[in-house]
Amino acid sequence: MLLRHTPKEINPRKALTINPAKTCQPIGAMYAALGIHSCLPHSHGSQGCCAYHRSTLTRHYKEPVMAATSSFTEGASVFGGQANLVQAIDNIFTIYDPDVIAVHTTCLSETIGDDIPQIARKAEADGKIPSGKFVIHVNTPSYVGTHVTGFANMTKAMVDYFAKSTGTRANRINIIPGYVEPSDMEEIKRIAEMMGVPIVLFPDTSNVLNRPQTGKYEMFPKGGVTVEALMSTGDSMATIGLGRMASSPAARALDTKCKVPCEILDLPIGFKATDRFVDTLRKTAAINVPDALNEERGRLLDIVTDMHQYFYGRKVALAGDADQLIALTEFLVSIDMWPVHIVTGTAGKDFEARIREITRNVPHPVNVSAPADMFLLHQWIKNEPVDLLIGNTYLKYIARDEDIPLVRFGFPILDRVGHSYFPTVGYRGGMRLLEKILDALMDRQDRDAPEESFELVM
Amino acid sequence: MRKIAIYGKGGIGKSTTTQNTVAGLAEMGRKVMVVGCDPKADSTRLLLGGLSQKTVLDTLRSEGEDVELEDIRKTGFNGTICVESGGPEPGVGCAGRGIITSINLLEQLGAYAESEKLDYAFYDVLGDVVCGGFAMPIREGKAQEIYIVVSGEMMAMYAANNICKGIVKFAEAGGVRLGGLICNSRKVDNEQEMIEAFAEQLGTYMIHFVPRDNMVQKAEINRKTVIEFDPGHSQAGEYRTLAKKIEENQTHVVPKPMHTDELEKLLIKHGLAG
Repeated sequence: MLLRHTPKEINPRKALTINPAKTCQPIGAMYAALGIHSCLPHSHGSQGCCAYHRSTLTRHYKEPVMAATSSFTEGASVFGGQANLVQAIDNIFTIYDPDVIAVHTTCLSETIGDDIPQIARKAEADGKIPSGKFVIHVNTPSYVGTHVTGFANMTKAMVDYFAKSTGTRANRINIIPGYVEPSDMEEIKRIAEMMGVPIVLFPDTSNVLNRPQTGKYEMFPKGGVTVEALMSTGDSMATIGLGRMASSPAARALDTKCKVPCEILDLPIGFKATDRFVDTLRKTAAINVPDALNEERGRLLDIVTDMHQYFYGRKVALAGDADQLIALTEFLVSIDMWPVHIVTGTAGKDFEARIREITRNVPHPVNVSAPADMFLLHQWIKNEPVDLLIGNTYLKYIARDEDIPLVRFGFPILDRVGHSYFPTVGYRGGMRLLEKILDALMDRQDRDAPEESFELVM
Repeated sequence: MRKIAIYGKGGIGKSTTTQNTVAGLAEMGRKVMVVGCDPKADSTRLLLGGLSQKTVLDTLRSEGEDVELEDIRKTGFNGTICVESGGPEPGVGCAGRGIITSINLLEQLGAYAESEKLDYAFYDVLGDVVCGGFAMPIREGKAQEIYIVVSGEMMAMYAANNICKGIVKFAEAGGVRLGGLICNSRKVDNEQEMIEAFAEQLGTYMIHFVPRDNMVQKAEINRKTVIEFDPGHSQAGEYRTLAKKIEENQTHVVPKPMHTDELEKLLIKHGLAG
């Protein structure tokens, strides 16, 4: 009973978060930056920040995550980090030779107020940035927002620094995938390709953080959106941003900067959200949905009709990022599961309103809170038990104490593999999610069944 | 050893008053260390006869953490020990963090150790209490006594009142107390009465009224305290008196800062209407 001190009685809490359902901005910024081809993320702060962010990403993706740091010392904290960053830029281009250095700040450099564009201009004036190479930046104080904010801000920086409009519109759509797995980004590209829609996906961590073992280490793997592709986003005919929190700042910036109209959709998880995504692609590109994709949808529907009795009325508790939870809740409601406790670490009245709207026909009271933590989720569960938990690895403590099956979903997953290889977006992603949910529920039924009702066929 | 911090509005004459007073204490045979907590590093210029020394933070930056006490201390007028914290240029880095780093380093290096046999350590602190760094000298275990340099000008009094608000917070948690107000005259009408009344409202007293005299400017341009430049001048006598009053001061209070409207009423009563 690792969480045995969690009381059932819920008292109001202020200025205290226990087991947060979020992590800090630079993690998301670093993850997004890895979705640019030949880009080295750079953490402008002390070494510990960079080490923590790298290790969290490495533990989640099981890939070596490379990033540089300004290695602030006491002196840099007092005099500012200019000397460190200029030296770092020089070293990085000389030794590692990436195309792009993506600088994000940390609490320390934010608080002392380092001006990154001014330092980058100084590095350029000193001849430390070779021609054709780029230094981009984003401000990511960890005491503001979450890892999703950091991801959204870095993605917006890609627009701010690279997007250009030449005046000629191209028959191409930009897709911003949101804070999803490399496998999800790959799946979004596959769906667009099936539909015959030319796209630029950014950022794109597929083939960067889920790359094959070749026996040879490459510092900059072949995946990632190229600088040329990022520049071309300004000429695309439209942008689809998936996930409002993670993608709308970049999508809106493209609209403002290059007049590329944007549409913000939910993450394509489950039937309805995937339908909306596919339909938007269809309308924007003026094409028909290919049979192959309809067949995938049909297979997903087949699982639901075959196994509906196992979903119906099962109570679920969810924790994670707002974008994921909105789409996931809609999916669960659509298959007659009852999401009854939902927490996210990000503040947002919109989120609560949206969840209320999605769950309004659920025949059970629904608890939703944003921002909230896993401690509150646990207390809710003690008061109103559930059949299933869905969320990141940190939920395993609640799962163990309360003896509830857990489906790992979201960020971070530190203790299982699969998420970086198998998507949860699209119809096939939906199939994988259902497979995992069914495995968890049916394994539990088998475990708990008395001998006389231990079923061979289920 | 008595540790004393001098606060006050920017440009009020903290550094000038501190150094002249320290010169007076040194003349009385006291061993005094002055720690300048201003990034401009000009708090010990008059004692040293110029801005020659390397600051603590410059030394830390160039030598790394392997700093020796002798690298950062200089001996000035009558054996006074002078240290400048230094800090970043305006617009970059964090001057407040600089003060924290510098004072911690001085402690680590034993600048305040018994063996140094100091009678006084003076902290000359930049401007108003604006962040944690500028309050460092009055944290627990550091300066126990504060003097605020003030004049009869409204903004100087306003700043002094704000500083008192800062002191209250630290006084409640630790042992720091307000020793008094030093009036560095700007020849405002009714200045002495007004500052005396102001001090009374704050729960303290005006320890000394330093009259305005051009001799101070003259000594400054010659990079000297008045006591060194013209020991026989009446202004030198004023600073000797202030030094003596500080030496003998027994009044240490937790100030009672005023509301802004009360402060304005006081100004109208003693100044503008007076």
